[in-house]
Amino acid sequence: METVTLDSNFKSEEYFINMGPQHPATHGVLRLLLTIDGEIIKKVEPDLGYIHRSIEKMCERDSYQQIVHLTDRMDYLSANINNEAVCLTVENALQLEIPERVKVIRTIIGELTRISSHCLWWGVMGMDVGALTTYFYGFRDRELLNDIFEETCGARLTMNYNVPGGLMFDIHPNFVKRVKDFIAHFKTKLPEYDRLLTNNIIFQKRTKGVGILSKEDAISFGASGPVGRASGYSCDVRIHHPYSALDKVTFNEALRTEGDTYARYLVRIQEMWESLSIVEQLIDNIPEGEYRVATNAVIKLPKGEYYQKVETARGELGVYIISTGLKSPYRLKFRSPGFSNLSLLNHIAVGGKIGDLVASMATLDLVIPDIDR
Amino acid sequence: MIFSEEGSQYLNVAVPKEELHAIMFKLKHDEQTSFDYLFCLTGVDWGEELGVVYHLESTVFRHSLVVKTQTAERENPAIDSVCDIWATAEFHEREVFDFFGIEFTNHPNLKRLFLTDDWDGFPLRKDYEDNINMIIK
Amino acid sequence: MTIALSITKNIHDWLYSIMPETAAMYAEMVLIALVYLGVFAIAGLFLVLLERRVAAWFQLRIGPNRVGFQGLLQTMADAIKLLSKELTGTAKADKFLYNLAPYFVIISSLMALSVFPFTQEFQAFDINIGIFFLIAVSSIGVIGILLGGWSSNNKFAMIGAMRSGVQTISYELSIGLSLLTMVLITGSLQLSEIVEVQKSGWLIVQGHIPAIIAFMIYMIAGTAETNRAPFDMVEAESELGAGFHTEYSGMKFAYFFLAEFINMFIIAAIATTVFFGAWLSPFGITESIPLLGVFWFLLKALILVFLMMWFRWTFPRLRIDQLLTLEWKYLLPLNLANIVIMALLVWHNLTISF
Repeated sequence: METVTLDSNFKSEEYFINMGPQHPATHGVLRLLLTIDGEIIKKVEPDLGYIHRSIEKMCERDSYQQIVHLTDRMDYLSANINNEAVCLTVENALQLEIPERVKVIRTIIGELTRISSHCLWWGVMGMDVGALTTYFYGFRDRELLNDIFEETCGARLTMNYNVPGGLMFDIHPNFVKRVKDFIAHFKTKLPEYDRLLTNNIIFQKRTKGVGILSKEDAISFGASGPVGRASGYSCDVRIHHPYSALDKVTFNEALRTEGDTYARYLVRIQEMWESLSIVEQLIDNIPEGEYRVATNAVIKLPKGEYYQKVETARGELGVYIISTGLKSPYRLKFRSPGFSNLSLLNHIAVGGKIGDLVASMATLDLVIPDIDR
Repeated sequence: MIFSEEGSQYLNVAVPKEELHAIMFKLKHDEQTSFDYLFCLTGVDWGEELGVVYHLESTVFRHSLVVKTQTAERENPAIDSVCDIWATAEFHEREVFDFFGIEFTNHPNLKRLFLTDDWDGFPLRKDYEDNINMIIK
Repeated sequence: MTIALSITKNIHDWLYSIMPETAAMYAEMVLIALVYLGVFAIAGLFLVLLERRVAAWFQLRIGPNRVGFQGLLQTMADAIKLLSKELTGTAKADKFLYNLAPYFVIISSLMALSVFPFTQEFQAFDINIGIFFLIAVSSIGVIGILLGGWSSNNKFAMIGAMRSGVQTISYELSIGLSLLTMVLITGSLQLSEIVEVQKSGWLIVQGHIPAIIAFMIYMIAGTAETNRAPFDMVEAESELGAGFHTEYSGMKFAYFFLAEFINMFIIAAIATTVFFGAWLSPFGITESIPLLGVFWFLLKALILVFLMMWFRWTFPRLRIDQLLTLEWKYLLPLNLANIVIMALLVWHNLTISF
């Protein structure tokens, strides 16, 4: 990769800075080539590929159960939801009838994963704008969730709890009680988050009016998730194309119209409240039944093309499988939310200052392995 | 080799690559279709041809459509870019160029995205060989 | 008590007896300088440890507590490590300026420490323009920062140095004006006079409303002077590496680092002297024990240092243009208006005194 953008319009007062792959502000190995003039940014060009592991090519030779394992490593903060996406694609293709119990548990764990991802996001957001203490408060709550996951799923980060056909094991007997305790605890903590950061005048000055994205641009750039919702684009996959037990719960979509960094921040905070309410609606009534439906040891999808959308913590993840009836897909494509969200970074950062770029990037909530696959 | 489309989730439309841009433009701007959200752009190696699959959705009517196009040329494949219609296509087309080698005409910045600039070959093609990095079972 | 006083008197007499007068004066000055250097270098180390423990307390963790009792030897260990580090330098750096820059910063900090009245007899340098001297000397530190950033030949360091220079110069105005507000009550710039006046009530009480406003402005401006959060855009870790001291390592980095903490102590010490009565105890309860003044001075200064640390670990940081807007559009007019109010107060004898 060239180290200098050979732009014929490069004026002599412009300055070229590399926010390199190892950097405290970028959440992962992302290299940004900035062209700045004093403090004003003229151009941002991302350089990707530092953690490209050719997951899509690997999927062309792996079996479907093995593919589920690869998906945790993409967007590791919503690992469960990624697993769920592939399992749902396979199950819809095979037209398997999934028990209600499985659906409800998948939704509960999916929403808890979303809360866990947003806790980490909040901590890192504070850290990026300078309030270093928020990182610890966010992680404190995330640790409680990691412990719950460890007890039930067996791992803290890459859970692999979903398999095509259901869940790998049944939930732990302590699961319901621990989740309820967590909900009660977290409801006292979210107002604390508000007092620390949301209502802080310095934070508001750093984020209001910064990195504005209009609704048309959001749709055109393919923004999804909280980034799209903060610009007024109603894109919640859980509402428009519900899956698992999401059609049984009622919740509001967090929509805002300003499209600036503060709006994206508020949308995520509200999403945490909504996820808490979804879990509350489901946790008491987990239906009894099987936790798994038997499938063949070697799963072969019938010939055809299958697409499944889910809503991860970052946005809309799409799994597109083209199958020829063999034990591995002919082509598998992951439509990752971060990829489209990253493409609008140049659009929202140009004309602002470096401090604004850092704040906007924090609210885009990029996880680079998700983008690089 | 085109697979059976019957019983597919979405309506599939195959278009010849010469008319791609005009059809896409119409699909976006026509009042009755208004497919303004391109949510997935996939490159596929169909064995003999190289193709691109576009998944479109309308935020107004909430209907979806799949548009497919392909080219039989494997040496210098070229397809029209849809960057000017949907801004998200810019990065997606770079990725397809990186992995399949399909050149998109009128693309503002067609360079490799993930792999290094001096990489030889196009990895996601079915005839790609790499004895060091690929483990084939 | 009287033992310590007689020690200084004894040393003074002994020096004068064994050398001619001028030589004795020089020897005395060198001795005092060495004592201050030693005491405050060590004090700087302990301030670093205090910051780490306070930060850990805010962040729900413990902080260094292994090296020495409760971690007291931690910074000593860090200092020894820093001493043993290779002094790297960039090839294209301007060698002379690059080496000179840290010295500006550390020397200006230590010079400012000489005028503080730790107690009635422990004041190294009681000049009649006390406050003016303090402000002048702390302005010299800016040179060190600008030189350090420029001579490193590093784009990031230069951006950091420019930002810092602009910030420091702007906020010095506010510091000067808030201190001037208090001088209106005392009528003298000399620090020992200021403490004398406070025997009938601390200045923050004497001046009530304008004094409280002046104190708040002073704390904000003081935090900005020392480049601490929420004004630490200069060393914004999540943005530009380490700001103007990116290219320094080993002892030179230690100078910058230590100078920041000593500056913090200086700001707190100035506030203690001017607003809170230096070594005077509240309501004069322990005036009979003379050396206890040191304890009161340190207690007040450390409370203000804790306040500054509290700011750092709670607030996000301001953007550079917001920082400058705060100073020039809000603090400066407020300060000027405050001076007028204070002048009216003093003129009409509306100050509170006991």
